[in-house]
Amino acid sequence: MKIEQEVRGRTLVIRLGGELDVKSAPEFRETTEAALDRHSSNHLILNLDNVSFVDSSGLGAILGRYRRLQQGGGRMTLVAPAPNVRRVMELSGLFKIMPVFRSEERALEG
Amino acid sequence: MRTVSSPAPLKNHIRLEMAAVPDNVALARVTVAAFASQLDFTLDEIEDIRVAVSEAVTNAVVHAYSDRAPGGPSGTVTLEAAHDREALTIAVADQGRGIVDVALARQPAYTTDPERMGLGFAIMESFCDELDVVSEVGRGTTVKMVKRPRAAKAPRAEGAAGDDRPV
Repeated sequence: MKIEQEVRGRTLVIRLGGELDVKSAPEFRETTEAALDRHSSNHLILNLDNVSFVDSSGLGAILGRYRRLQQGGGRMTLVAPAPNVRRVMELSGLFKIMPVFRSEERALEG
Repeated sequence: MRTVSSPAPLKNHIRLEMAAVPDNVALARVTVAAFASQLDFTLDEIEDIRVAVSEAVTNAVVHAYSDRAPGGPSGTVTLEAAHDREALTIAVADQGRGIVDVALARQPAYTTDPERMGLGFAIMESFCDELDVVSEVGRGTTVKMVKRPRAAKAPRAEGAAGDDRPV
């Protein structure tokens, strides 16, 4: 799994690439938690454009970060999930609690 | 003389035994997806199969041997798949601790871990045509799934007035 990060003010952008499953979820969790701590971010934009696969382990890791931000009064936004990733997310109800945008720019405006 | 490509076998099966470790979940997905391509599945259906297999094997990796001391030998997951060109059958078996209450474990959001969703069985159920879970405490769990290509399930009657429409 590839993980890229960019800080824009109090917004943390995480760009994932590859497969988000039981193997890669801990790396995503640890990297994101450390970056949220370091930058006191209150908005996490998770760019899923290059994610080719997600299962419930991946969804759990996403939900874990959402919970953390929400508890601290922050928010989390998803960007560009592929159709197959979107289908798993729809089943989980994740879209009911997190907004989804087509691009990072839109997510930053939103 | 007409040349025809040699027909794929009518029946086929595979069996893969592996350590119950996170690294092998992707291997299981890739293996079954490649095997499933011998049937007339759409890409979306192959994707359903990848997710369902991932959930079943992940359950074995995360839960089946969670009562064992860390650092010890890992348990085993056995993945079997078979098809008769009409249906793909997948069985994922472990020899782990077993599930005390299968009906309860199959409920959506049944989890105590905030990093997990408790959606494994719900996803398997919704992405397959049949799901059967057999478990015995102290003996292990076997998850059996069946997936049929949609083309085989409902042959498209061209020109026929449509009760065939998507809903």
